[in-house]
Order: sequence, then structure tokens, then C-alpha cells
Amino acid sequence: MSVQTHDAALPASLNPQDVLRRQVRWRVLEIIFWLATLLPFVLTPDYLVLCSQVAIAALFALSLDLLVGYSGLISLGHAVFFGFGAYTAGLIAKHGWGEPITGLAAAAFAAAVLGYLTSFIMVRISHFALIMVTLGLCLLVFELANQLHDITGGDDGLQGVRMWPIFGQYKFDLYGRVAYIYTLVVLFLAFLAVRRIVNSPFGLSLRGMRENQRRMPAIGVPMRSRLQVIYVISATFAGLAGGLLAQTTQFVALDALSFQRSAEVLVMLVLGGAGRLYGGLIGAIIFIVARDQLADMNPQYWYFWLGLLLVIVIIFLPNGILGGLAHLLSRLRSRRA
Amino acid sequence: MTGIALSTSDLNKKFGSLVVASDISISLPQGARYALIGPNGAGKTTLINLITGMLSPDSGRIMLGTEDITAVPPYARVKRGLVRTFQINTLFPNLTPLEAVTLAVCERRGEAGVWWRSLPSYKEAADEAYAILNTLRLGDLCERPTRQLAYGQQRLLEIALALAAKPSVLLLDEPAAGVPKEESGELFAAVGNISSDISILFIEHDMDVVFRFASRIIVMVSGRILVEGTPSEISANEKVREVYLGSGHG
Repeated sequence: MSVQTHDAALPASLNPQDVLRRQVRWRVLEIIFWLATLLPFVLTPDYLVLCSQVAIAALFALSLDLLVGYSGLISLGHAVFFGFGAYTAGLIAKHGWGEPITGLAAAAFAAAVLGYLTSFIMVRISHFALIMVTLGLCLLVFELANQLHDITGGDDGLQGVRMWPIFGQYKFDLYGRVAYIYTLVVLFLAFLAVRRIVNSPFGLSLRGMRENQRRMPAIGVPMRSRLQVIYVISATFAGLAGGLLAQTTQFVALDALSFQRSAEVLVMLVLGGAGRLYGGLIGAIIFIVARDQLADMNPQYWYFWLGLLLVIVIIFLPNGILGGLAHLLSRLRSRRA
Repeated sequence: MTGIALSTSDLNKKFGSLVVASDISISLPQGARYALIGPNGAGKTTLINLITGMLSPDSGRIMLGTEDITAVPPYARVKRGLVRTFQINTLFPNLTPLEAVTLAVCERRGEAGVWWRSLPSYKEAADEAYAILNTLRLGDLCERPTRQLAYGQQRLLEIALALAAKPSVLLLDEPAAGVPKEESGELFAAVGNISSDISILFIEHDMDVVFRFASRIIVMVSGRILVEGTPSEISANEKVREVYLGSGHG
């Protein structure tokens, strides 16, 4: 029988479990990347405040990557969860509970609840409808926060956020040392969680939905409930990022909920490369650092350079900077082989 | 004992004024190999879409074994053992065959919703997926992205994904569609190797293949069933020769 002869010809060493394991193991570059996040303490100690902003934006972009990069969904209103988390953390601290860790957990939980409530609509629509509804939801909550001036401070932002020291020991300092350690630790833990999620069977089913929505029901996947889960998870991490911003800056501006914030996080993800875990992180680094440097030179002009960068990346590196690097690496490797 | 694995009664479906299914009643015994033939536009794929729930009928009933599944959503029909393949490759271009089939196996085992455990820890699912790929001779291609596989290999992967769901009833929509005739032998060898516990209804245009594999043949024309019978009955049937086999095949 032909099947048997073929079996005999197979390399005996191929173990499917090892093949899958190879996909998820830690790479050297990853370890280098995370070690490098400690460099600012030594190299640029004056920029730790900026570094916190990068870490927060990176976490926010990571949360969006779960939707855009892994599940093939699109959102133009992801700031709604970010802002909701920010206001939750800010309000709790303002009204007398300044303990950071529980406050952060509350921010993530609040965003998760909002994510769960809205997920019933989101999993029923796709493409343009989804873009419009996510955008609409974000605008809606933005205006709501603007109107509820007594609670949120409206346009003036939420003042009077007072944080207690972390573990009752480490006070948030002016140089942002503690804030950067705090955001970095939260980012890293969140990253570990997200990494596990995308490397789980559930994560594989997300990629399946991204690759082919038509096939998924035909192998028995209940897509709506699967999408609902990732929607809630993504909202949770976005809320976590928002909470971090409120706590480390001890202030919440209305723009935490703005359309601009939703658009910027999408830009970071596209710059870095969606669906690669590190894309959002790299994109956040480039975006925040470029904004800081370029806005220093000429505040009004910075969007020109951002626009230029975006156009160049999209034209020459349609899969983002990481996508381009991966392509380059695989070409080099195949040339050597 | 041989019960009925799948049956439909009086299925009707219209798109506007176009009738795509008219009073379709079929019944597929357990372990049977039935072929569904008919000219293009006869409604064969539509019937598969109706049976699998990708379209809902205007009227009529679909029974899987003794259960009425007419109102059951498509994914839940798969969970009950009613599985299909697609005429046009409907695969996951950037997943490897091993990932794709492991996904389908995990889904069947109720593990694909787990987000807190790492995929490689599901050894049994991975082994089963690899075994399925091996029976279809895709074992040594299991690490390549699906988009890099040859067309015929992708057709085999279609079948592998369906088998991973452990079907009791398998609907094959032109398994060899687009494959040159000289290469379609391997595909039908694969179909021929499928366990005889699985009932199969397949659409196919190649009459040699149909007569070789099918114990009974259902002929559809313009959304209706023209006639059903054994291969010899069908080949002797005047109406079939007239409408379907025509002069070209005569």
C-alpha cells in the first residue's frame, strides 16, 4: 500500500509536538529586547518620564494587536477602553483610594466589563460597519465624559489624583524612576500573558479567524463566542494601559478617550507590524520618541513627518517594520542555504 | 444494522424568483458512498450549503441520524459529526498544515477555547493531527505555510481538515476540482481510504470516478432531483442521458 511505503520514508525524528514548540520558544532577540528596556536607567535617566509613556503606549498597542493582528478585526475606537480604564483608576485615586495595584486592577476590570457589554454588537458586524461602530462608541463615551463635568472634570481633565506609594514603600518621584519601573513591570507581565494567549489553542483559533472566516465554522468553531472572548481580553489590556497613564501622571485628560488616541495606536501598530507581538512595542517606541524629538524642533510640523514616515512604511514595508525585517532575514537565510 | 445517517425532506430554497432547491428529499444510509451529479448550476453546492447550514432553507427539514438539525448553526452541526469540504480551497494560507489540522483537532476535542495553556502542551492533538496528515501524505510538508503547497496538496489538506473533525457524515464538494485528470487519482485514492464508518456524499463531474466510487447516484437538474439509482440504473436512464450526459458523454 502506498501509504505505508511513504510512512517508512518519513524522517523518524519528526515529532509534531517539537514542531509546535519551535514556534513558541523564546528567541535570543526577544531576551535582548527586554534587557534593553532597562537601558534608559543608565543611558537616559533624564528621559524616564518619556520611557513610561512609551511603555504605556506599547501596552495599548499590544492590546490592539490582539484584535487587528491576530483576529483580523479592526477598531477605530480602541481608546474607549483606554480612557475608561484611565478614568476608573483616576477616579478611584481621587476619591480616597490611592493604592496603585488594586486601582490598576479596577481599571482593567472596568474596561473588561465595558468590553463585554459592547462585544455583543461587535461580534455581529464586520469590515466598514465595525470601523464605524467602534468609532461611534468611542465618540459617544468621549462626549459623555465631556458632559459629566462634575465627575470627570470634562475639558479641564481629572484633577486631584493622588497615588499612594507602591507596596506602601515606593513613592512616585519627579524623575519618573518608580513610574518607569512600575509601567515596565506591568508591561512585561501583560506581555507574558498576551504571549501565552497567542500561543495557546485559543490563539491559534484567532489566527484561523484572521486567515479564513468561512472555514472556521466548517471545522466546528463558534466564531462569535471566540471573538467575544478576545474582545474582552483586548479591552482589559487597553484598560490596564489607561490605568497606568492615570496613575503615573496623576491626571486624566479628556484626550485619553479621543479619536486621535484611537488613530495613533493604530498607526503605531501598523508602523511596527501587526500580528507579531513586538510590532506594537516597536511602533510605540518609534512613534513616541519621534513625536518627542520632532515636536521639540517644531511643534506644528510634527504630523508632517509622521505622515511621511507612515506613507513610506506602508509603501515599502506593507507588513510594518518588523514584517520587513523578517522578510529580509528569511531572504538572507535562504541565500545562505 | 444500517440506519440513516443523513436525510432531508422537502427542502426548498429560492433566491428571489430563482429556485435553487425544490422539494429535495434524500437519505444517506450509514457508511454509504453516494455521488451527487448534475450540470453546472443544478444546485449541487447549494444543497451542501443547505445541509451544512451555510444557507437556511425556506422550508423542509434536515435530519442527522434521528436529530432534527434544521435550526442548528453550522459550527454546531460540525460538532455533531456533519462535515464538509469546499470546491474552492477554503484554507488558512499563513498557517502550516500541522497548525491548521491541530486547530481542527483541538476544536473537536473542546480544547480550542483554552487561552491559558500553551499549544505545544497538547501532545495528543498534535500527534493526531500529524497522523491525519501522514495518511494523506502531507506529513513531510506539515511545517510549510499552506500558501506554499502545490494545488493538489491543498486539495488534500481540505480533506485532512474535514477528517480532523471526526465526521460521521462527510460531504465532499468536488474533491478533485481543478486537479488535472492524471493527478486526480491520488485524491480519490485518499477518498477511497476514508474509513467505511463514515457516510460520504460527494459531488463529482468525472463519470469514471463516480461510477467507480459511488454505490448510488443522485442526479440533480435545475434545483430538483431528476432521478436516483445505482450506477447501472443511472447510466441506462434515458432522461439522464438526455439532460446530463448529453451527446458529449454519450
